[in-house]
Amino acid sequence: MKVIKIDKNEWASGLEKLRSAYELIGPVKEKFYHAFQSLESGQQPDMDYINTRVSPKYVIYPQSELILECSLNENDEDYKIYKEPEKEYTPKAILGIRPCDADSFSLVRRNFDTEEYKDPYWLRAYASTTFVGLACDQPCPTCFCSSAGSGPYSDNNLDILLADNGDHYLARVLTEKGKKLASAAGWSQEAGDEADQQIEQKKQEAESAIQSSVKTDKLASQSLLDLYDATNAIWEKEAFSCINCGTCTFVCPTCWCFDVQDEVAGKKGYRIRNWDSCMYPLFTMHASGHNPRGTKVDRLRQRFMHKLKYYVDKYENGIQCTGCGRCVQLCPVNIDIRRICNMLNSYDPESCTCEVTAS
Amino acid sequence: MKSYTDKIKEIAKRLLKEDKVDMVIGYRKGTVPLMHQPFFATSEGEVDSFVWDSNCGLNLANYITDRKERIGIVATGCNSRNIAVHVVEGKIQRDQLYIIGVPCQGMVDRHKLAAMAEGNIASVEEDEDKGTITISGQGFSKSVDKAEVLQENCSICVHRNPVLYDELVADEVTEQTREQADPYARVREIEAMSPDDKWAYFDDLLSDCIRCYACRNACPLCYCPQCFVDESNPQWVGKSVDPTDIRTFHLLRAYHCAGRCTDCGACVRSCPVGINVRDFTKKLEKDCLELYGWEAGLNTEQRPPLDTYKPEDPEDFIK
Repeated sequence: MKVIKIDKNEWASGLEKLRSAYELIGPVKEKFYHAFQSLESGQQPDMDYINTRVSPKYVIYPQSELILECSLNENDEDYKIYKEPEKEYTPKAILGIRPCDADSFSLVRRNFDTEEYKDPYWLRAYASTTFVGLACDQPCPTCFCSSAGSGPYSDNNLDILLADNGDHYLARVLTEKGKKLASAAGWSQEAGDEADQQIEQKKQEAESAIQSSVKTDKLASQSLLDLYDATNAIWEKEAFSCINCGTCTFVCPTCWCFDVQDEVAGKKGYRIRNWDSCMYPLFTMHASGHNPRGTKVDRLRQRFMHKLKYYVDKYENGIQCTGCGRCVQLCPVNIDIRRICNMLNSYDPESCTCEVTAS
Repeated sequence: MKSYTDKIKEIAKRLLKEDKVDMVIGYRKGTVPLMHQPFFATSEGEVDSFVWDSNCGLNLANYITDRKERIGIVATGCNSRNIAVHVVEGKIQRDQLYIIGVPCQGMVDRHKLAAMAEGNIASVEEDEDKGTITISGQGFSKSVDKAEVLQENCSICVHRNPVLYDELVADEVTEQTREQADPYARVREIEAMSPDDKWAYFDDLLSDCIRCYACRNACPLCYCPQCFVDESNPQWVGKSVDPTDIRTFHLLRAYHCAGRCTDCGACVRSCPVGINVRDFTKKLEKDCLELYGWEAGLNTEQRPPLDTYKPEDPEDFIK
């Protein structure tokens, strides 16, 4: 695998060269926090950011996305016939995405790209995007990526992985997409023989800086019904503080649920796909008025069972979480997925007890 | 605040032991700094998890709505006022409650502290004697006066002591007068803006909103069985992140709180993106005070001005 060296001034000038072929998206400091945004001409991504509040999933999967539209003008030939809006999927590059966030797209893909169903909107946006990751040298106290199947130097789902090495980046070019971007930017200086070793050493340092973890080894062998039924031992107590807001699901890079709404404006109809949240009372509300998840305990259980048990059983590929820690940091009532994951992992249905950990 | 914590535990244990209540609602230490978790204890052993310090900023009145148990509840000035609102509005019976009153010394602003930190905050220490808060993380440590990092609603609070309680955990604290606190300074600034500037100000205020509804759900006043934003027949508001729909949600929600809001700040504290939604509710609080001489939740008898009628109600605003 080729490692190239990109001096930081070449990084800036290379980005300018990329603009003719790519829409550039990177971390930018907003009012209080960082967010991934489309970079205007001359604007550089802030590569010193720690993490963004909202995950970059919206670059591929916007919170509200127009999927169909129609005319509501009776005189039109195609009156009330829904059609796909014309949309350009110009090449995009996400710069400086963290490995945990990049990894999340491979988890989400298992839902949007299956044998039976292929989500055209997600797949087109995904195919047109090049992922330029930035390895994470300063993990947060809430990061648990290493034990969630990712890691601070994970290159899963990346086209290029950058490691910050002072005045330059060491860049592993991982895919054809990555090669194409690097050559368009004019980044071609081969790093010396020691580069691989330098990256390896930085990787080890970063991994040892991760302070928090989850235990997942027993999740697959736990009985689904036992966990579901652990109302007294787990769900009721853990759900008490939950206010059923959508913060955890909206900031999460791997939550993929959506709802489809029709809206009218003037003489046009729009079909919009919006992020949904299992925390909301309308989620899975039936037309009859019956709601199989009618209480907040049911809804909290759904979120964690989905991520930590249903997903684990269905895809046999670990938990539906990359350990970015956003929900832990931002939950207004301190519901901590690490604590709940460890409880589910250690739950003993005989004694109705589980191990309770602080983090 | 060890003395408060110890006293809360002592009272809670006694209430459970003497079978005066079925549960006691308080806070336990959070798994991340600045964020204690609302928690209920039903046994004396669980009571040992209770904690009290400057990170207990959520409003516990949110957790008693329509409950049937006999409840012991820890309550500051604003929390006790929201309990009073709940009693007036029939969401809980006064005799179901044993209110453990906490003379409040203010909560720290987690958004402000996060913005001051040079990295992620790994720990927070409070020095009661010096009145300082120290935040630290990888490669940094910073001490600040607690007064500088109080939540804005706490720094202008004029009801720190519980208005309704069965027992206090400490002597009452000195209240600020309204003149000292000047609680409506920020509202006046916004009121003085031109319509265009106001529009731009509120546009910018809401620009980061992700419509997670944390502000609504952290609020004890928002207990409608179905919120207007969730109604689908008829549907009042679109569900996308269209700015008009976002504004509609925030403005209508604020109006539902008029004359009921105690400025507890739970909405702002819970917002994941740091929007000061109190800019809306504070204006309505000011109007209620100026028009009706009304402050929410000061007693358990009077209904709020917008659901009562008096012949002498002002009507100058009807044009």
